[in-house]
Amino acid sequence: MTVETSPPRRARRLVSVSPSVLGLTPFALYVLLFLAIPTVLAVLSGLFDAQGHFTLANVAALFAPDILKTFASSFWVSAVTAVVGAVVGALVCYALLGMNPQGALRSMVDSAASVLAQFGGVMLAFAFIATIGIQGFVTVFLRGLGIDIFSNGVWLYQVPGLLLPYIYFQVPLMIITFMPALEGLKPQWAEANATLGGTRLTYWVRIAGPVLAPSFLGSLLLLFANAFSSYATAAALISQGAQIVPLQIRAALISETVLGRSNMAGALALGMIVIMVVLMWGYSALQSRTTRWQQ
Amino acid sequence: MSGVRPVGAAPGPVARTVILAVVGVVFAIPILAMFEFSLRNLAGGYTLSHWAGVFSPTATVTYAAIFTGLGNSLLLAVVTVVIILVILLPTMILVQLQFPRLRRVLEFVCIIPITVPAIVMVVGLAPVYSVVARLAGSSIWTLAFAYGVTVLPYAYRAIQSNLSAVDVVTLSEAARSLGAGWGSVLWRVILPNLRRGILAASFITVAVVLGEFTIASLLNRVNLQTALVQISKSDPFVAVIFSLLALGFAFVLLLFIGRLASDRRTRSVKKAS
Repeated sequence: MTVETSPPRRARRLVSVSPSVLGLTPFALYVLLFLAIPTVLAVLSGLFDAQGHFTLANVAALFAPDILKTFASSFWVSAVTAVVGAVVGALVCYALLGMNPQGALRSMVDSAASVLAQFGGVMLAFAFIATIGIQGFVTVFLRGLGIDIFSNGVWLYQVPGLLLPYIYFQVPLMIITFMPALEGLKPQWAEANATLGGTRLTYWVRIAGPVLAPSFLGSLLLLFANAFSSYATAAALISQGAQIVPLQIRAALISETVLGRSNMAGALALGMIVIMVVLMWGYSALQSRTTRWQQ
Repeated sequence: MSGVRPVGAAPGPVARTVILAVVGVVFAIPILAMFEFSLRNLAGGYTLSHWAGVFSPTATVTYAAIFTGLGNSLLLAVVTVVIILVILLPTMILVQLQFPRLRRVLEFVCIIPITVPAIVMVVGLAPVYSVVARLAGSSIWTLAFAYGVTVLPYAYRAIQSNLSAVDVVTLSEAARSLGAGWGSVLWRVILPNLRRGILAASFITVAVVLGEFTIASLLNRVNLQTALVQISKSDPFVAVIFSLLALGFAFVLLLFIGRLASDRRTRSVKKAS
């Protein structure tokens, strides 16, 4: 009893600190083996030729006009779908605010968002072929009204065709990532605002808005990164060609064995990672602002 | 209109209904379109024959590849959730309680998989997996190690947003000063407070794994998505039907997990009172 209520200082340190450090090792080992090593191997491969000699030729090839064009396509697809996804997703989060989290509607929205956000991939490509494909449900319906959505050619299997399927997984991802931030708004702030005579507009513009802004922008960057690195939907929808960066990597991986064009995939990966690092640096800066409010 | 004016941030009933209805309808259209497509007859009109084929007694033989892929994906989902809950969650709690200076480092590490997309990772994973195969065999579950890394950012965000909303340091200090051991601090104080974050992390982990295509296809493993792509080339109707079933299955599964959690919660509240 006495030992438990007043343990000697040194003994307590020995007992609590050393197992804590040991507790970090499983995660450290896991991350080393399945994150650090694969990443280093993937990126380094872009800096070597087929014979294993160091070369910058692959990196220089990134600045060829056709490769730059795929980076530009990836950029605008990611930007458009991230902005639309973030705005629509935040609106849905707002609409869900104050509902019973255990209620039927909330449970259904949570589950549906989770399914669509990360479960989609290949199946979203199927869904949009069935919806706005040449014989798709909506295409046929609009044709009945005299509207031909493909009057300027079939764009579904091109870069613009990625926009709707991407938005279809960006909005749910926004709901998942932004909802906790909205729910983290303390009711006391709203009460204080009301007590001091503020309106709901004041509350949103002067209290909730500034508090949520870093979190919203952080989610926006996350959505951008999500679209930029998404592969499955594009791969299933666009079977020919390499219009965006992930498809360019697929092509490079395949041609590596067919044409002997060595390690271009590694160089593309390097280019992609450089862009992603910039994005994630911004995300990290925004996150530190978010946590400042939560403490 | 004399009702209680809402003080909180919650929207009025009209705004709420309009937003949810519009978004709900737009998001339902592709799913309905898939259903309509699955009923189409190649000669025109509608037929149930595609669905009948999937549910016929011989379906597991005819579409064996899909059932193998589904089984593999479910196994991978379970193993990946275990990896997240056994490796990531304790580390996050430990860092929050004992190593606040490492918080930024942990966050940085957990965000890396977003920066390193699956299609990049797969290039470096191939040699790693040739070693794994030698040590642990080439059974499908080993792919869960790669999937655990893929879900790291999402699982981290889900747990962390809960973790930073709850003052676990004060809570655990309070529990400790009341005589609780670390075991009960973890089980009876910290984990119940992190329930929502843990659930969200598990939700998104299951969803990511069931939908994963890139790594499996490029490492030549069979999972649900690679099986679907394979069959869509020969029979698009069956691929769409299985996609619908898979989406529905995941939806029900996640709904079930959510229900389970809220049941447990109400039961423990009743017991406590």
